[in-house]
Amino acid sequence: MKITVCIKQVPGTTQVEIDEETGNLIRDGIDSKMNPYDLYALETALKIKEETGAETTAVSMGPPQAEEIIREAYMMGIDNGRLYSDRKFAGSDVLATAYTLAQGIKSVEIPDIIICGKMTTDGDTAQVGPEIAEFLNIPHVTNVLSIVEIKDDSIVVEVDMPETIDVAEVKFPCLITVEKGIFQPRLPSYKLKQKTKDREISVYSLQDYKDKNENHYGLSGSPTQVVRIFPPDPNTDHEILRGNGAEIAETLCSKLEEMKYI
Amino acid sequence: MAEIKILKTKIDNPEEVMSVCPFDSIEYDGKLIINSGCKMCKICVKTYPDIFEFIKDEVIEIDKSLWKGIAVYVDHNMGDIHPVTYELIGKAKEMAAKISQPVYAVFAGHNIEEKAQQVLKYGVDEVFVYDDPELEHFRIEPYSAALDDFIEKRKPSVFLVGGSTTGRSLAPRVAARRRTGLTADCTVLDIQENTDLDQIRPAFGGNVMAHIQTPNHRPQFATVRYKIFDKPEPVEYPTGKITLASLEKDKLASKIKILESRKKEKVKGIEEAENIIVAGRGVKNENDMSLIYKLAELLNAEVAATRPLIEAGWADANTQIGLSGRTVKPKLIITCGVSGAIQFVAGMKSSTTIIAIDEDENAPILSAAHYGIVGDLYEIIPHLCDIIAQKSEKGEMAYV
Repeated sequence: MKITVCIKQVPGTTQVEIDEETGNLIRDGIDSKMNPYDLYALETALKIKEETGAETTAVSMGPPQAEEIIREAYMMGIDNGRLYSDRKFAGSDVLATAYTLAQGIKSVEIPDIIICGKMTTDGDTAQVGPEIAEFLNIPHVTNVLSIVEIKDDSIVVEVDMPETIDVAEVKFPCLITVEKGIFQPRLPSYKLKQKTKDREISVYSLQDYKDKNENHYGLSGSPTQVVRIFPPDPNTDHEILRGNGAEIAETLCSKLEEMKYI
Repeated sequence: MAEIKILKTKIDNPEEVMSVCPFDSIEYDGKLIINSGCKMCKICVKTYPDIFEFIKDEVIEIDKSLWKGIAVYVDHNMGDIHPVTYELIGKAKEMAAKISQPVYAVFAGHNIEEKAQQVLKYGVDEVFVYDDPELEHFRIEPYSAALDDFIEKRKPSVFLVGGSTTGRSLAPRVAARRRTGLTADCTVLDIQENTDLDQIRPAFGGNVMAHIQTPNHRPQFATVRYKIFDKPEPVEYPTGKITLASLEKDKLASKIKILESRKKEKVKGIEEAENIIVAGRGVKNENDMSLIYKLAELLNAEVAATRPLIEAGWADANTQIGLSGRTVKPKLIITCGVSGAIQFVAGMKSSTTIIAIDEDENAPILSAAHYGIVGDLYEIIPHLCDIIAQKSEKGEMAYV
């Protein structure tokens, strides 16, 4: 059995701001880390590996530095790593990102299970997973709460639906996105770090893809365009209150009374 | 293809030029290069037009007049329609009126024909109903086939989908099939005369809003959370019609089998709460949550929390407010020690009265609030609780 986990390197902080004068983005520091939701996806793959002996692969799309998170996946126990990295992928929106990942996965083979985290903390869209599944023409299930059973040709999972918990059996190959809390992610191990420090990470660029049409990738392959970025509107109708605890509490209480909340 | 071209590879001030990129994608190693971390934000082009040039794509424009109308996906569970559907219909009608185009609803499920009448009441021009036993449970292949079939038949310009578990699974799937754009979790939507959809959402995981368009692809997909838009009033005389549509057998086939579906215990969601008290990182340890609960009890409010507290396990994940949690629109919301990252603010800014208590003078929450209180929650809340408790005691006395 083969399992692929899609992971992403995200900014370490969410301190992205806009320079009010120039309208440009300012980002403090160069801190980056593995998208925290991906740790649950990796752990799920490792749990299935323990049970079935599956071969696990972590894939990511990003700049060369994204190798760091694949190394981290190695330290958790993932077997192989692939990085899809090319300047031609720059400026990808959801569609182009999913297409790039799907093409990358396809350029080797479609595994039995693809696992994605619930969402990323920098995009917050939770939509790349389902689009990858569409491009690979395989079924997908999102919001997986737990793995019930692994069969020869399918996986049985519990799915968090709006009003119900559904138990779904999904035939291989398939894609699932897992909820935080499905398993407690293990910490990277020092032993594995030593053992995998020379392990290769295959880097793929557009050259290695079957579909080499540049118009399907990056900004050109992205139907959505960012027209403009701007700081959020502050609430213009607002009042700032200061003082010691007791004073403020008094004022606040009379405001609440005025507005009939008390 | 679109790219940023480097006009000069040898420069005298590489440090300066490199620092302009917020994504650290400009490198200099004897010569200037842009690495694959580039997000095409074009700040480098704006700052150093003599070094970088943006090369645009040659775009063959599509005929937008072939795509007409605004479609809304009917979000439901076993036929029970989720109110986000009506909120989206309200927004769709508002936009459709501007461009004089119809509003459609797409309803896929089993034994739902009668329920479709409910959708008509909100003034939709046409409800497409796909009613089949294979559509009883939400399974991705037949549901996406239904939406895709509808798109083929009516060619809508815009497709709005609620940002629920099912909507966030379905919209990307169909958008990818149509090779078109999808903007998730929009907080503002508007339409231009040429039917281009203006979509605004928080971006880059920070304190930034992005205005997004899908200028050359149709339909334009957008997902919107519950409680972002207002629910419209039903119309007095619905004039829309119901169209029964069906799918061929092979399109209804699925590789997913639902073995069991158990009802979740119904917990009152914070979306329904009239008053909410939110605990943020200013709450220093788990025991101090009791302060928050006490205030909530006095104000007859529900308690919610921000992401760090949820991650620490101090509050139930269902009470997380913000883009990765829930969107709320209560009458009163009091935030305690919440700094107000945009992800959070986007999830509560439509509340009627926002009161924010935070120690940091510069916390963004203070400008998002109607009443921003600079101070220590550990001092203010106990006093506030005492005063409210006293008042309500006196109030009760008055009735005796």
